[in-house]
Amino acid sequence: MRRRRLRRTIARALLHLLVAAIVLYAVFPFYWAVVSSLKAGGALFTVEFIPRDPHWDNYAALFREQPFGRNILNSVLVAGSVVALSLFLAVTAAYALGRVRFRGRSTVLMAVLAVSMFPQVAVLSGMFELVRWLGLYNTLFALTLSYMIFTLPFAVWVLTAFMREMPKELEEAAVLDGATPWIIVTRVFLPLMGPALATTGLLAFIAAWNEFLFALTFTLTDERRTVPVAIALITGASRFELPWGRIMAASVIVTVPLILLVLVFQRRIVSGLTAGAVKG
Amino acid sequence: MTAATGRGRRAAPPGTAARRGSDLARHRRRAARLFLLPMAAVLALVAGWPLVRTVYFAFTDATLYDIEYHEFVGFLNFYYLATDPDWWRSVWNTVFFAVVSVGLETVLGTVVALTLNAQLRGRGLLRAAMLIPWAIPTVVSAQMWGWMLHDQFGVINELLVTLGLIGEPRAWAADPGLAMWAVIAVDVWKTTPFMALLILAALQLLPDELYEAAAVDGLGPVGSFFRITLPLIWPAMMVAIIFRTLDALRVFDLMYVLTGNSRATASMSVYARQQLVDFQDLGYGSAASTLLFLIIAAVTVVCITAGRLRFGTSDD
Repeated sequence: MRRRRLRRTIARALLHLLVAAIVLYAVFPFYWAVVSSLKAGGALFTVEFIPRDPHWDNYAALFREQPFGRNILNSVLVAGSVVALSLFLAVTAAYALGRVRFRGRSTVLMAVLAVSMFPQVAVLSGMFELVRWLGLYNTLFALTLSYMIFTLPFAVWVLTAFMREMPKELEEAAVLDGATPWIIVTRVFLPLMGPALATTGLLAFIAAWNEFLFALTFTLTDERRTVPVAIALITGASRFELPWGRIMAASVIVTVPLILLVLVFQRRIVSGLTAGAVKG
Repeated sequence: MTAATGRGRRAAPPGTAARRGSDLARHRRRAARLFLLPMAAVLALVAGWPLVRTVYFAFTDATLYDIEYHEFVGFLNFYYLATDPDWWRSVWNTVFFAVVSVGLETVLGTVVALTLNAQLRGRGLLRAAMLIPWAIPTVVSAQMWGWMLHDQFGVINELLVTLGLIGEPRAWAADPGLAMWAVIAVDVWKTTPFMALLILAALQLLPDELYEAAAVDGLGPVGSFFRITLPLIWPAMMVAIIFRTLDALRVFDLMYVLTGNSRATASMSVYARQQLVDFQDLGYGSAASTLLFLIIAAVTVVCITAGRLRFGTSDD
């Protein structure tokens, strides 16, 4: 009896140890970035797990010596507009794909799925030509346009999945009342889709906020860059002396809002990810 | 997984309305086509057209500074590609990266998912912590790890030297022999949470009675995992693995930020972009992009066919 209880206790302790190790592994790199960003000058080059003398110098320098505020604004504008546009286009498409039977429906769904599998590099030169031809090179519109390639298929997939789950009685009642499909979408389904739209929008926002390849290729000047590109291209006095403190400060600024969003919407994100993955 | 089973059970969209009158059904179908039109037009513009143009450019000698002026060169670009050892190196790098990192992520993700599934306090905290690496932009993770792996001042070198595991600091990201492992380490850190959450979703659908039955049969925890749990969550795991593999095959940000255009780690995407943008060779870069697209398309088709065969026997 006693030995069994002892074994249970040891197993429990090991499990908690495992949990602690996982948490440490997941969180430490971010913690280390925060610590490093608060160190100024020579302190950066000593390993110190709690900064003895925290400074905000790196944060100040970020906004003083480069247009980092502008970069943040760019990222917000691009991600925001991409999300709004994708959701708008995806809601009506999801209604058609999720609730109406017509020939070629599965073909359209497969095509949307195929687009979400596109490697971005595969469309890079064609997209470059398009962006230049539309006169959008080195503008934020170039990014809004090109990001639709990954946010739109994703939004269509997830919203179609949500549309399918809606009870059909809702729609039948509306049809009996003589409602047109447009009324059904906007008056019947849309008010019920708040959570679905929030989840999809949030995931699309994060994807657009984090995008790097198109932003790197279609913008040229510092003022037009989005945050990931700005962070990737921070350089110091010389090629071999990167301002790590400042890079860490920028990393922390970009990550904190995302972490807050993720913690607040934890459950929704998990359900959206699983739905998207299963469907996508 | 809920969504998948839900789709099976409630497959039919409201057919009643369609049956009630063919007029109404026709009206609905017309509305549906109209509703699809804007989405289809945007996707054709941002995906279809650029893809067609990229394939077209692959057969020309177009340059980035003068796209309009170009000549048709047939398969010349593909011939150069086939004879360029750097291209083959990037193919190998990409495949190696995809196989090793997805493999490690699957194993680690399963361990984390099983832990998250256990009844214990602090589960919410653990799940929140797991979401942090997932939310951090790839570029930022690459920079954070680049600093931790720094050859002179990195905390990882410091720890390993203090613990006596390595004699002297290593240049993790710059040493050609180590750089790929550094890239894999960052990717595993960043994407294991995704894997873990998908596997966890599958685990939570399993009824408790299963484990009680296993305990009665005298199966230990390891035995019951391999005999009972794994076969049941395998379909969900396959979906996650396919998803991650397709993602890993097009990797760009991580290598570009952590190791630059270094030959030791350059993926196919890095190679293609370098030709296309840095060397301004639009035709040649497009040829590389086209090959990458074909490779990913082939992998997708194989996965979907294999997946359908598997699901077809177990599902219905």
